Amino acid sequence: MSRRRVTFPHMGEYWIAFETLVELLGAQAVVPPRMTRHTLEAGAHVSPEFVCVPFKYNMGNFLEALEGGIDVIVQAGGGCRFGYYGEVQEAILRDMGYDFDLVNLVETTNLPMLVRELRRIQPGASYPRAVKAFLIAYRQAQAIEAVEDFVRKNVGFAVDRGAIDRVTARFLRELRGARTLRAVRDLRSTTLAALGAIPLAKPENPLRVGVVGELYVLMEPFANHNIERRLAESGVEVHRFVTLTSLIEHGLAGRTFVRKTIAAAGPWLEFHLGADATESVAKTWELMNEGFDGMVHVKPFGCMPEVSAMSVLQRISREYTFPIMFMSYDAQTAEAGVDTRVEAFCDMLQMRRRRQSGA
Amino acid sequence: MRKGYLGVDIGSISTKAVVIAEDHTILASEYLWTEGNPIAAVKRVLAALEPQLAGADVEVVAVGTTGSARELIGSVLGAQVVKNEITAHAMGTLSLHADVRTIFEIGGQDSKIIVLRDGVPVDYAMNTLCAAGTGSFLSSQSRRLGIPVEEFGDYALRSTRPTRIAGRCTVFAESDLVHKAQIGYAIEDIVAGLCDAIVNNYLNNVGKGKEIEAPVVFQGGVSKNVGVVEAFKRITGHDVIVDDCGHLMGALGIALLAQNTGAEERFDFGVRDLTFETMGDECGGCPNNCEVVFVLRDGEFIDGWGNRCATGIERVRRAAEGAPTVG
Repeated sequence: MSRRRVTFPHMGEYWIAFETLVELLGAQAVVPPRMTRHTLEAGAHVSPEFVCVPFKYNMGNFLEALEGGIDVIVQAGGGCRFGYYGEVQEAILRDMGYDFDLVNLVETTNLPMLVRELRRIQPGASYPRAVKAFLIAYRQAQAIEAVEDFVRKNVGFAVDRGAIDRVTARFLRELRGARTLRAVRDLRSTTLAALGAIPLAKPENPLRVGVVGELYVLMEPFANHNIERRLAESGVEVHRFVTLTSLIEHGLAGRTFVRKTIAAAGPWLEFHLGADATESVAKTWELMNEGFDGMVHVKPFGCMPEVSAMSVLQRISREYTFPIMFMSYDAQTAEAGVDTRVEAFCDMLQMRRRRQSGA
Repeated sequence: MRKGYLGVDIGSISTKAVVIAEDHTILASEYLWTEGNPIAAVKRVLAALEPQLAGADVEVVAVGTTGSARELIGSVLGAQVVKNEITAHAMGTLSLHADVRTIFEIGGQDSKIIVLRDGVPVDYAMNTLCAAGTGSFLSSQSRRLGIPVEEFGDYALRSTRPTRIAGRCTVFAESDLVHKAQIGYAIEDIVAGLCDAIVNNYLNNVGKGKEIEAPVVFQGGVSKNVGVVEAFKRITGHDVIVDDCGHLMGALGIALLAQNTGAEERFDFGVRDLTFETMGDECGGCPNNCEVVFVLRDGEFIDGWGNRCATGIERVRRAAEGAPTVG
């Protein structure tokens, strides 16, 4: 069978791992153009008004990619009340006259199922080939996560921020060509070593803030108006736990993970809230007890699981006077409000610190 | 010659400024409408402040700006500190009420709550997405009812039976209001109902989940509305302090922050005679089409912002420097 042209939605820098996955399966990856305001406008135009904003971004990515001709769209969104996320998107695009196959990974709950779905991307791809493609792409995603984790925790303290950005940019460029397990491993370790060698002016006890919330808005800087970067640059060590590979692992762990997370939420939860909301509560509770300075909770406007989490978080915040900033995103693009809120939040954390240290 | 510190708070609706002495006393203050032109508003503010300082033997040595036009006016005035209005309001209020534990603020377009303990802000929230229950909603409803917004509070106080108006959403509130007027409610009861709706909306949105403890200070343009003040007292069960100079808290706070930086540079009121021009342009470098805005002082590029990446500002800077200068 000829090489199929395959596209997927953007989320942060994960497009590199998706591109690798698709190409190692023997298909041709069509990476959607970088997210811009046009992506959102195009996506919102064809989406139901009341659907959450990740749906609109996805649609924008698909439309921009479809211009070049597409055989397969891979989707992994949904898993909340929008169980038919991918299917609704498929129906809309078909009504618009596009023809393609949809491969939806959201319902895959074990590895054999996942590999079976992946083989649908390029019929004829052998089972071992699909397993290998998945493994290498997975390692790439983990490498991206390790580098981004370092950046979140340190970029606010770098003597020369440009140095961190230059190393990261080179890493992302070279990762596209690193398509063996060994190449990914080597690139990851040389990059982390290069990052580690960059001089930092970091206090012994920096301000620490955790970010939790809905996965897409959390992981797509364009959708959250670069909130992690803005926080970090205010001199904060930013900790995030939701990543693509953590979601895959939690998905495969199924009920065990949910049970553990509910337990980690201490007295606050008895039942699963759906999507990532249980983890939002559990992480907030854990980090507060670990002595973090504050949390930022992000969600798309109207995200039901995260709205449920919010009322618990508000109670934790009130009872323990623990600062939590809530950010709700829709299709608005004005960024001034985000700056004002982040700056005020960090000012406040600093003033609390000074009081605690008795200064 | 005494040292003075200028604080300017440029909001969407009004512009406020104070000059304070080293001991934090207010030497001069002004409050006027921004009228959609922050640069002109600041020039008028400066023109009003300077005569108030005549004979006081004061030299302004540091400037701070806050409010939604803080970047723009910070460049124009060469400010030592440019800070968000939440921090500025907290600082200003603390200088007057060292024991304040809750600050309500409802302005023209936004509303916020600041929770403080032992003289330090420990939590805050700001309205997101929606301006329901802010000053601009009140003024549009006062126009609809044909009452000057300044008299709104007095109407509310005359009511004995406030009618119920939905506070969740401005659109719903407005249709409730029309309906109640058409079925014959007294205008006083409608206005009082509206004040209650604003307070309930505020407490259920911005104030949701926050521990509201006294002393409570209420600020922002809407705090001048006695109807809303009374509604806050009744609904929260706390006394609510409204200062005569409550509208100046942001300006006072940013003046204090300017003083705290320790950076000093003689400020020249003559800045109001310079020509400042702002130009906005869509970058066009990529489909983001960032709206980049820059300021020219007597034709010379002094600052620009609004770009998502570094190339946008360079692009407009080059264009600006190549552009014919306008005196």
